[in-house]
Amino acid sequence: MSIETISLSGRKKEVSNKKMTFLESLYLVAIFKGLMITIRHLFTRKVTIKYPEQTRELSPVYRGQHMLMRDDEGRERCTACGLCALSCPAEAITMKAEERKPDEMHLYREEKYASIYEINMLRCIFCGLCEEACPKQAIYLTKSRVMVKSNSDREDFIYGKDKLVMPLDMAINNTKQMAN
Amino acid sequence: MKVTIDGQEINVEPGTTILQAARMIGGESVPPAMCYYSKLKGSGGKCRCCLVEVSKGSEADPRPMPKLVASCVTGVMDGMEVKSITSERVVDARKSVTEFLLINHPLDCPICDQAGECDLQNLSFKNGSAKTRFVEEKRTFEPENIGDNIQLHMNRCILCYRCVMTADQLTDNRVHGVLNRGDHSQISTAISKAINNEFSGNMIDVCPVGALTDKTFRFKQRVWFNKPYNAHRDCDKCCGKTTLWMFGEEIQRVTARKDEYHEVEEFICNECRFDHKDTKDWVIEGPRKFEKDSVINQNNYTRKLDTVTIETEKQILLGREQDRKKISMPAVPLKKDEVQVFKEGNI
Repeated sequence: MSIETISLSGRKKEVSNKKMTFLESLYLVAIFKGLMITIRHLFTRKVTIKYPEQTRELSPVYRGQHMLMRDDEGRERCTACGLCALSCPAEAITMKAEERKPDEMHLYREEKYASIYEINMLRCIFCGLCEEACPKQAIYLTKSRVMVKSNSDREDFIYGKDKLVMPLDMAINNTKQMAN
Repeated sequence: MKVTIDGQEINVEPGTTILQAARMIGGESVPPAMCYYSKLKGSGGKCRCCLVEVSKGSEADPRPMPKLVASCVTGVMDGMEVKSITSERVVDARKSVTEFLLINHPLDCPICDQAGECDLQNLSFKNGSAKTRFVEEKRTFEPENIGDNIQLHMNRCILCYRCVMTADQLTDNRVHGVLNRGDHSQISTAISKAINNEFSGNMIDVCPVGALTDKTFRFKQRVWFNKPYNAHRDCDKCCGKTTLWMFGEEIQRVTARKDEYHEVEEFICNECRFDHKDTKDWVIEGPRKFEKDSVINQNNYTRKLDTVTIETEKQILLGREQDRKKISMPAVPLKKDEVQVFKEGNI
């Protein structure tokens, strides 16, 4: 037996070249059969939605764009421990640590902070391992529907702290909501 | 002298301690040690991490020792039988000792520069529990400046006295020591004096935790992102054999070479450690290897990798030779129903 005649999936069928009868050659039955399939589909559930008027429901484990959180006093939580970068399977995260100065106590939570924190969005696979590894609950993958905005330059896909850190007014709002 | 540790026999010289004998055997039964340092005279007996059970005292007196003994300061006797990891009491004691050591140790590994090569981290990873039962406030100290090269974090100290012994045995004039007593004991210099002895930098290497760290490396990089290399230079003060911790072309830190028990092979001088951060000063020998489960190995490729060739035509489309043989095995005939499915398909 040669490799060509073996059916690994068991679904291989030999094509026959048998002559059709007169009734078959009219195709009437075949056309009716085909139409029935089309008509049946008119009554089944629609597989498409009217985007953008309608949007799909997100999965509970949906992971969108990253955000570096602030605590309830508005200080950055990240302490540049490097565990997110270590756990990242795509090696998308880089950071540089710096020591907090005495006059920066209101900006950073810990003695050490990330002066540079970059995620290469072209490398990121949104697996969420960074979120899981973070001991300070600083990095989170948000529910934002916007994942990565389109761009023409590769450099623009490396997101720095300006794009990743939680906006200050958002942190203030959160604290207010917590107080209420 | 014959001694049996966890069922493994070894003949050692009289005067060897149980810990040294266990290290000669190696493997799982080596007790962890936080304060014992084989290169420092008089070290050991303080942390109680290395407790072992002596189930048979010696050939002459075969009674077991009633309490667990610190293996780093107990000498072996002829015919002694020791249980290290096989004894439930020992495992339980290690767990308790770890808990005690962590009572006053701050949980700041994300900030600490020692993280990744810290003995206490390894100890608590192996023997500690994931949760703390300690609800009181931890002991804290005022930050103190002890010079330009060494950073002291007294909060992290576990009082192993290794740094004091290093200063006593390597430098001519020790300027630091342990002040106060009990819970208040702290490593400090007498009157806020800077530590600037020739070999004082070795305090950093011997410190099992992050209490003494390199100020020139402070917060520069996490150790597992560095690439460690063995290197040497001609030094008139010390052996000059070091490990360079590189990041790209930059030398971020210089340390002495540490063996599998994180003890330095040879002490190095401060000049090598702090002042030579240029690749031109060093002769780089090659990548330094670490134990298999060390985080420092992360993303380091120290092994030579073979090139992989993929022959699409030969290996994927046609399949491997052994698989093709398996599919159309003429020696094993198909059953009757199988033949039918084979011929007609199973739709």
